[in-house]
Amino acid sequence: MSKLNLRKTAYSFEEIFHEGGPAPANPLRRAAALAIIENPFAGRYEPDIQWFMEDLKPLGLQMATRLVELLGGADHIEGYGKGAMVGEAGELEHGALWHAPGGYAMRELLNDSNAIVPSSKKVAGVGGRLDVPITHINASYVRSHFDSMEVGLNDAPKANEMALVLVMSTGPRIHDRAGGLAAKDIKGEDGLR
Amino acid sequence: MNAKIRKIAVNIEETHQEMGRKIDPATRKAVAVAVIENPFANSYQEDLSPLMDIGAELGALLGRKCIEALGITPEQAESYGKSAMVGENGELEHAAAVLHPKMGAPLRKEVEKGAALVPSSKKMGSPGQVLDVPLGHKDAAYVRSHFDGIEVRLNDAPRANEIMVAIAVTDSGRPLPRVGGLTHTDATGKDGLR
Repeated sequence: MSKLNLRKTAYSFEEIFHEGGPAPANPLRRAAALAIIENPFAGRYEPDIQWFMEDLKPLGLQMATRLVELLGGADHIEGYGKGAMVGEAGELEHGALWHAPGGYAMRELLNDSNAIVPSSKKVAGVGGRLDVPITHINASYVRSHFDSMEVGLNDAPKANEMALVLVMSTGPRIHDRAGGLAAKDIKGEDGLR
Repeated sequence: MNAKIRKIAVNIEETHQEMGRKIDPATRKAVAVAVIENPFANSYQEDLSPLMDIGAELGALLGRKCIEALGITPEQAESYGKSAMVGENGELEHAAAVLHPKMGAPLRKEVEKGAALVPSSKKMGSPGQVLDVPLGHKDAAYVRSHFDGIEVRLNDAPRANEIMVAIAVTDSGRPLPRVGGLTHTDATGKDGLR
């Protein structure tokens, strides 16, 4: 039986029209999904933890599906990222359980998503904030899509909880002009270029 | 649109359990926030009517964003609130001009009826500061189960010449209300109070 115990879900959706420069025709849109769940390993050292990844898979898919809906469909999504905050009675390693279920949930829904999903994780108290990195879904070196989104909730993660996060974006930074590999020039074979 | 909007953010919170008890259906709150240029940054302006007009526009726009985010019809909205945070080159009165004279009527159209006063808060602030938006029942201010609030913050706003304007809407009260008072089902919602 699944040990997944969900207390809260939260979604953030941003439309960025400009940042002081000329406004592009299409605003940049970013969205984040947060799930606050009980940490089944809180308060003790548990050597065998990998089984919990199975329980996280449906949650990851549910969060990723909602993000795709918020951003208007898989075809619009060009960037992604993921993260975890572990409450103080847990261990950083527990947050690492989110890598596979969180990342593969997004890649399952997005075409041409060969790039590794960038991530951040930390142990935090209630009200903790996490900067979740974002990179291009098909080529990690695309410089225009390096971005991040700050997330957090005033009432989470409690000591025995984890906050699991997925993030997606629809394009480059709003006034992207720092050069590097452009999205139109990628080969999309190795996930890097 | 008179408002020069740099960005809009919408947050949704769904509470599925509280103190180990299942909340079914989950209580849900949404807050929509617009970051706008403050047309009166760095100068004293006697006539604030342009900001009042901006308030009317944002009342409709942000109210609608909340309803859409919750995926509900206007009559399913149960509580609401509004707030503004003014960047350091502005004046607290600028928040009052956005929030009070003209925002209410267009917001009430989006949530249907809205007989009650829209509870509000305002402050001066800087990027990353927290704005707590108060929540109260939209038709009967005395409904005790719906006194609540939702926090919103953006790491990059308000910049010195900006104003952050927020509207919050819910389709429910607190997760486990049990401090008595007037209830949602007993409210008549005619005078805005009971």
